[in-house]
Amino acid sequence: MSDTPDLVTGDRETPIIEPPVSVTEVDEGASRREVHDMWVAGTEEPEWVRTATDEGAQEMLPEGDDPAAAIQRGIAVDDDFVDSDDTDADQRQIINMGPQHPSTHGVLRLHLELEGETIRRVKPIIGYLHTGMEKTAETLSYMQGATNVTRMDYLSPFHNELAYSLAVEQLLRVEIPARAQAIRILMTELNRVASHLLWVATQGMDVGAVSMMLFGWQDRELCLEFFEKVTGLRMNHNYIRPGGVAADLPDGWEDDVESLLVKLPAGIDRHEAILNKNPIFLDRTRGVGVITPEECRQYGVSGPIARGSGIAHDLRKAFPYSGIEQYEFDVPVGKHGDVLDRYFVRMEEMRQSLRIVHQVLNTMPAGDYRTEDRKVTPPPRKRIDESMEALIHHFKLFTEGFRVPAGEAYQGVESPRGHLGVYIVSQGGARPWRLHVRAPSFAAVQAMPVMMTDSLVADLVATLASADPVLGDVDR
Amino acid sequence: MSEEQSTTEEGRIEGADGPEIERVLPADETLAALATEFASARFEVFEAAGASWDIVNVSADEYHALVAAAQAAGYTLFIDLCAVDYLRRTPRFDVVVHIESITPARRLRIKIGVPASDASIASITDIFAGANFFEREAYDLMGVDFTGHPDMTRILLPDEWEGHPLRKDASVGSVPIQFKASYKTT
Repeated sequence: MSDTPDLVTGDRETPIIEPPVSVTEVDEGASRREVHDMWVAGTEEPEWVRTATDEGAQEMLPEGDDPAAAIQRGIAVDDDFVDSDDTDADQRQIINMGPQHPSTHGVLRLHLELEGETIRRVKPIIGYLHTGMEKTAETLSYMQGATNVTRMDYLSPFHNELAYSLAVEQLLRVEIPARAQAIRILMTELNRVASHLLWVATQGMDVGAVSMMLFGWQDRELCLEFFEKVTGLRMNHNYIRPGGVAADLPDGWEDDVESLLVKLPAGIDRHEAILNKNPIFLDRTRGVGVITPEECRQYGVSGPIARGSGIAHDLRKAFPYSGIEQYEFDVPVGKHGDVLDRYFVRMEEMRQSLRIVHQVLNTMPAGDYRTEDRKVTPPPRKRIDESMEALIHHFKLFTEGFRVPAGEAYQGVESPRGHLGVYIVSQGGARPWRLHVRAPSFAAVQAMPVMMTDSLVADLVATLASADPVLGDVDR
Repeated sequence: MSEEQSTTEEGRIEGADGPEIERVLPADETLAALATEFASARFEVFEAAGASWDIVNVSADEYHALVAAAQAAGYTLFIDLCAVDYLRRTPRFDVVVHIESITPARRLRIKIGVPASDASIASITDIFAGANFFEREAYDLMGVDFTGHPDMTRILLPDEWEGHPLRKDASVGSVPIQFKASYKTT
């Protein structure tokens, strides 16, 4: 027993734990392997040290002057990196965050190179949620396609469906009735509020305001209850479809929306009362995770992140869709490009969205909720009993689906996370030849190194939350 | 911004492949400048309800320079890059780039044909840093190689994945699914 170090008295004559010896001291090229093997380095079995892990090319390359390292340091566009370069490699360590980290908002994995508490390099690694939705879309008819795309960005399913439906309608060249367009705007704008409420909940929790998590979810629940009443589902609604929407709004929807228009602004005020003057929240967010306008443009970063950096660009204003140009709303723009400005932008966006909802409520046109174009819309149920042709037509629509003229169309919509685009190539069949989705989170995750490097590890969590990535959107 | 891209000026410019091809210069000044600068650029306009796109088809040789010129001409916002497999067409692939100008609000789609025999094209990561992930995705899923890309690796699929699943000759269901209880596949 005498050999055992005395932990109680802390006899420091003999070190309790041997300091790990880096293999880089014996083998210069081993630093990469050390990265993979994460702390098993230093074992005395050099053969065991793997030369490639299961991650293969996802490794973080040794630091150099090559462009890849510049990207990982976030200086590819604007060189604002202030950390000194004169530290030795053994003063830096590479750690792995995710894909199962509680604050990664999904299965996002980040390779981080740290120097003490400072992040020197970041490499986002994605693909853990890749389900091949673009390939799946090629096997689904246009009518089924909305079911597929609604599952991508699961926090804003209506926007996915809207982008997809608008792209298909561009190729079909069908007219959408005014009521269907207004319903679409109503649902997407409420969805924006729901998504931002979830965002403020997680952002608050990630910087320590745990009660925000409860308040945010509570208010989001109000939106989801309305969605459930309208579409039958809380998420993945498949409600907005090529040709219109799946069903008309339920009876008494005006009362529900009016009640939302009372409760939600009160909720937003309450969130701001908690956060706006909270010194901890301000300290954790001000000047953190800065991205410059030029970086936003080059990285394709859009939505609240770009507007937080001062780019006054909103697809609803620049390229209006679904009749949104009829409604009055403002686009909030930040100045500093930090987490705090993104917070202010999103809070104001919620108010503006509710402003649009208010106008939709007052001006909801009467009429059809889907186009009467028989090419895409099945005949009414009554006609099927009377007419053989109507029955055949109905059958054909739901088995074969409708054919879409050859061509290609791109539709971008302003989702809560930014520019969500759907690019469809049709060759005249009943299924898309190619469907590509331009995911806003994909671009935001790409810009992580820009926002994260040169800051502290604790700030990384705040930055990550402020980018609001949805991994279903990133990986598709 | 001019939504109507009516043709006001017609020019005959010698095509890259020898015979003279009648080219219609776009009415817009910015695009007309691009059209005169790049011999292989063919402009068209897509119009649909609520959407208007300027489309330019360009050869792979001039693609990189055209993107740089477009960026300098105001198309500063990178939107999207993807590849399309047309299978029986020559060239087989299209690389499609979407870029946007903020003021005035206009959009440009750049399409480049890429042959199957040499599915590679210049990377534009040096112009738009954001093309990085999108090019990796196009490489991963469609097998188009981007020369000059700093990190041309798979992004969504595992590294040991064979083939490129979004190609039309990669059929759905060609990869057997291994369920937990099964001991042997094949």
